[in-house]
Amino acid sequence: MKRISMATLAACGVLSSLPATAADSDLKALREEIAQMKQSYEQRIAALEQRLAETENKAGAAAATADQAQLALQEAARAPAAVNAFNPEISLILSGRYTNTAQDARQDPTGAAGRERRIQGVLPSGMASGAPARSWNLGESELALAANIDPLFRGTFLLSIAPDDTVGVEEAHIQTLGLGQGFNVKAGRFFSGIGYANEQHPHAWDFSDAALPYQAFFGPQLGYDGVQLKWLAPTELFLELGAEVGRARSFPATDANAKKNGLMSGSLFAHVGGDLGVSSSWRAGVSWFDAKPHDRGYDDVDGAGTLVSNSFSGTSRTVGADLVWKWAPQGNPRQQNFSFQSEWFRRRETGELAYDTAGASLGTTSGSFRSSQSGFYAQGVWQFMPQWRIGYRYDQLSAPATAIGLVDSGVLTAADFPLLQAYKPKRQTAMMDWSPSEFSRIRFQYAHDQTRPEVTDNQLWVHYIMSLGAHGAHKF
Amino acid sequence: MKRHFLIIAALLAAAPAWGTVNVFATVPEWGALAQEIGGDKVTVFTATTGLQDPHRIQAKPSLISRARNADLLVATGAELELGWLPLVQRESGNPRIQSGQAGYFEAAQYVVLLEKPARLDRAEGDVHAAGNPHIQTDPRNFLKVGAALAQRLAQLDAANAAVYAANEKRFRERLQAAIARWEKAAAPLRGAPILVQHKAFPYLENWLGLRETGSLEAKPGMEPSSAQLAEILARQQAQPARMVLRPAYQYDAPSRWLAERTKINRVIVPFTIGGTPEAKDIFSLFDATVQRLLDGMQGRDAP
Repeated sequence: MKRISMATLAACGVLSSLPATAADSDLKALREEIAQMKQSYEQRIAALEQRLAETENKAGAAAATADQAQLALQEAARAPAAVNAFNPEISLILSGRYTNTAQDARQDPTGAAGRERRIQGVLPSGMASGAPARSWNLGESELALAANIDPLFRGTFLLSIAPDDTVGVEEAHIQTLGLGQGFNVKAGRFFSGIGYANEQHPHAWDFSDAALPYQAFFGPQLGYDGVQLKWLAPTELFLELGAEVGRARSFPATDANAKKNGLMSGSLFAHVGGDLGVSSSWRAGVSWFDAKPHDRGYDDVDGAGTLVSNSFSGTSRTVGADLVWKWAPQGNPRQQNFSFQSEWFRRRETGELAYDTAGASLGTTSGSFRSSQSGFYAQGVWQFMPQWRIGYRYDQLSAPATAIGLVDSGVLTAADFPLLQAYKPKRQTAMMDWSPSEFSRIRFQYAHDQTRPEVTDNQLWVHYIMSLGAHGAHKF
Repeated sequence: MKRHFLIIAALLAAAPAWGTVNVFATVPEWGALAQEIGGDKVTVFTATTGLQDPHRIQAKPSLISRARNADLLVATGAELELGWLPLVQRESGNPRIQSGQAGYFEAAQYVVLLEKPARLDRAEGDVHAAGNPHIQTDPRNFLKVGAALAQRLAQLDAANAAVYAANEKRFRERLQAAIARWEKAAAPLRGAPILVQHKAFPYLENWLGLRETGSLEAKPGMEPSSAQLAEILARQQAQPARMVLRPAYQYDAPSRWLAERTKINRVIVPFTIGGTPEAKDIFSLFDATVQRLLDGMQGRDAP
């Protein structure tokens, strides 16, 4: 019994220990299996991750390739498709106006047939006076072509077609691009860099006509056939020095006899400019111009009431100063901006004045001549909301100090030179214009004109100026 | 006299070098990018601020004098600066920054441009032939432009090529992380209907999945007429957009007019660095952009 029980116990012991051993090995197996599974999953995950990364890379590469393809397309689209892809920038200015004047601004008050009026007190420019004709008038149409010629040069060509169907080369010049050290050279026909408004084309003017000093002294813009050299200082302050030599093809020089070698006229100018804070910019300058006009003719009506031709030969020297200040809130002119612009010129002419060169009245005589005169204008233009601007300009010329040898010696009388009798022309102009886009402008202008001693004129203009083609430059 | 002038000219001409690359950036975003990549090897001048419309700038004397000494001109291109930059380049008397030279860099050449007009006619307004130039509203474009700019700097200043490459890598990694963050934050904006005042946001819309339902300026560059605004108003009532976006430098009257008549929220997008006070660099620019758009969705008028 006892033995059995012992055996039983032993068996029980063995039996009881059996499941424990079995469970241990199961667990181990399970663990192993799990570990294997884990490893296998990890491997598969790693493989998947790698594939994902590869796919992503491929996708990224594909996107990059797509981008590159797009860029290439963009390049291809930009690439010239034909030889005419090198066509220059072309722009065309169209302008026209309606003028309503109390007096006929073109007819000379002395009534001499076919003679346009001149500004009183000034040796006239002998060119069209620029006075507005009445009623509807076509303005000057301007065709401009410009392009870089090569990495060193740029060419500009501006043709102006006047309403009377005459075509003029307004500008035709080359200019350097690669000279360096701040140097720029321009050669050909160009507007002089003197003053501020002289380089501006009429379509860029804030008023529909030039200010009196420009009309009187430069008739109304000084143009050169020659060379201009400009140098820009390497300073933060804008400092530009310029010199021009050549044949001043227009008034106050003369172009008539291009027989002489050498340099017939020259100018020097200096401009300084910069910013005042973020909202204001300014530019100021001084200019000097010297010319030797020869037989510069003009018409007058002498004491006997005869239309005679007179002419001046000698030296003409003009000095000037200019100032421009522009303001816009935060320097952003889009909504509102204001600009102030003023220029002053003084001209001295000394030489010889010939009377009645055609022998139409009392016969040709000549004597010494000396005259000095100054003139200035000041204007403010305010864009008070997008598209709309208003402006006011005051311009005047001083009464000239003139000494005419023929009158002083008693050969002729002052009445034989009525146009040179002292007078102080002045004018006030107001304008309002509307510019629905950068390319179009319609302007209303009113002028109270006292440039003639006999009459005061009130002039009303409606003027459109439109540009098409290449985008114009926003010149300061 | 003449000799003195020449001596002074020679002295002044020799002066500006200072050992760093002089960068002239037309707009603040490229100024900031050039600074990120150039680090202390560049001196950056930025021609405009975030409150100025880069299309309407004039060739001011101060810009011409700064361009005179620049070694690298960084512009957007795609006709954005067409009105003034060519004049500044020509007047500067600086051959290094003329178009076609290594010193002239155009960002728009390195990104894919959107909204290329099918018809080139000014009756469509002031359209840009190359495509929409406002590429800076998508931060991913900065990655591409940054890489190209680093190469260009290395070309101009080979001695510091490694510095530019390292700066570019660091900038790229930071920006990539930030883009992921912005995209996550901007998830609620996906599909949001918006109106824009000027067609200035195609890249932002493309990036964040905004849906533009119309533009207040019917023709780019022209202020909307009252008839055009009335049409937008009718459309807004039929198909309401959540907000109307305008760049900080634009006239606020049209979007204000619309906001007074509908429940639309006005959002001023900084558009570039300095457009709003919080947009101080490339990163805070997009922080501010995303935040202002989210505020706009919530119905909070941006300040």
